[in-house]
Amino acid sequence: MFGRFFRITLANVREINKRYVKPEIEMSRWVKFALLSLRCYLILLVGLLLYKFISILRG
Amino acid sequence: MKMLPRLFYQYRKMLKVIRNFLLVAGPGVIVMVADNDAGGITTYTATGAQYGLHLLWFLVLLGPVAYYVQEMTVRLGAVTKRGHAEAIFSAFGSFWGWFSLLDLVATDWLTMITEFIGMTAAMSIFHIPPLVTILVCWLIMGTMIMSGRYWTWEKITLLLCVANLIYIPAAFFVQPSVSDIFRNSVIPHLPPGGLTNALFFMLMANIGTTIAPWMLFFQQSSVVDKAMQEKDIKFGKVDTAIGAVLTVVVAMVLIIVYGQPMNDAAEAAVKLMPYSKFIGTVVAIGLFDAGLLGAVCISLASSWAFGEVFGWAHSLNNKIKEAPWFYAYYFFDLLLAGTVVMIPGAPLVLITLFVQVIATTLLPAALVFLILLLNDKRTMGEHVNTAWENIANISIVVAVIVTSTLYGISTVFPNLFK
Repeated sequence: MFGRFFRITLANVREINKRYVKPEIEMSRWVKFALLSLRCYLILLVGLLLYKFISILRG
Repeated sequence: MKMLPRLFYQYRKMLKVIRNFLLVAGPGVIVMVADNDAGGITTYTATGAQYGLHLLWFLVLLGPVAYYVQEMTVRLGAVTKRGHAEAIFSAFGSFWGWFSLLDLVATDWLTMITEFIGMTAAMSIFHIPPLVTILVCWLIMGTMIMSGRYWTWEKITLLLCVANLIYIPAAFFVQPSVSDIFRNSVIPHLPPGGLTNALFFMLMANIGTTIAPWMLFFQQSSVVDKAMQEKDIKFGKVDTAIGAVLTVVVAMVLIIVYGQPMNDAAEAAVKLMPYSKFIGTVVAIGLFDAGLLGAVCISLASSWAFGEVFGWAHSLNNKIKEAPWFYAYYFFDLLLAGTVVMIPGAPLVLITLFVQVIATTLLPAALVFLILLLNDKRTMGEHVNTAWENIANISIVVAVIVTSTLYGISTVFPNLFK
């Protein structure tokens, strides 16, 4: 039952990925810059939060 | 003689405008009042307890911030007729789409836990065991959405919003100094002790509870489910503005009421009980109502988002058999969060504040997507962001990013701001 559920979900995810493969927004320089900055910011923040979380767990 | 018919005409016209507004109003008020959820109340309690009235100005500042952010979702929803999750998938592709959806699911689930913690803590004041509270909550939240009509759900939820205003009279019983409130509300200043890690944590928790990712998803999906049109945008903005005023007023009242050494909202209720049984009861009922309101809206935000992305039927106008997955996810969210709360020894304040901080650190992503979408002329047409709206919104994003980054740095270098 679980196997079937995961197979269906995976198929759905693949279908969604195919449907949204091409971004609709006009990829201007401004949009590209914003998305790149966002990636950098998220990598930094998530990294810092993970570090904090792990250090809390280690006591 | 022509005066009377003209006056009558104006009166009829105004009545029509008010009637139209009342038809459109709802999502803005609901999302803003639900913003003062159990987690929000606990955050304001902790803010009041730690800094007294010193951060009132910060809440006043957060009112327009919340308005500008939420107002964009009204325009986006009314113009594209798409929920926020679907809009992100379409505009930015599946990578950012999944990121936003998983971010929403994680923060929503954690926030839902805090709602249940708040509700059980509130009811424990009346000696009601957590299990009973959780079962009753599941029953209420299930019944609310099972009518198969958006309007019914919205009316019931608006009643819960009215109940959230129960805190306002409590402030009068505490008899605060009006001059202190005024001074602390209009003059931005740092509390005694200056800029510390604790203050950063608290400011971020306040930002996180006033503007949260789930609010963007919720209001936009709500606007779409309500079938709001482009012509309704101006009413939607007024609706959001009223909500923003209400949320700030309630938040300020909470800080005023709790502006004494207490750990959380439930403890506040217990401590205020001997002073005035009325206030203690009000605080407890308010906390329960806030948790209930928050849980309903947050769970719906996730269900709508999943429905949009996976292509399930996802309207409150659908009956359960017409949209089984949409309702299944809603109940799954409620059941999971409620069950986790029954695990004994959950640290209420720490979990709640941590959730708000996580929400804040992930907020810039949601805001950046929103601004980019609202600047896409092909999508938004005449409703694209104006220069002033861009100045306001970009300032908000920059401020959130700076605060989040500083917080992140302060976690690694804890002595930096001491």
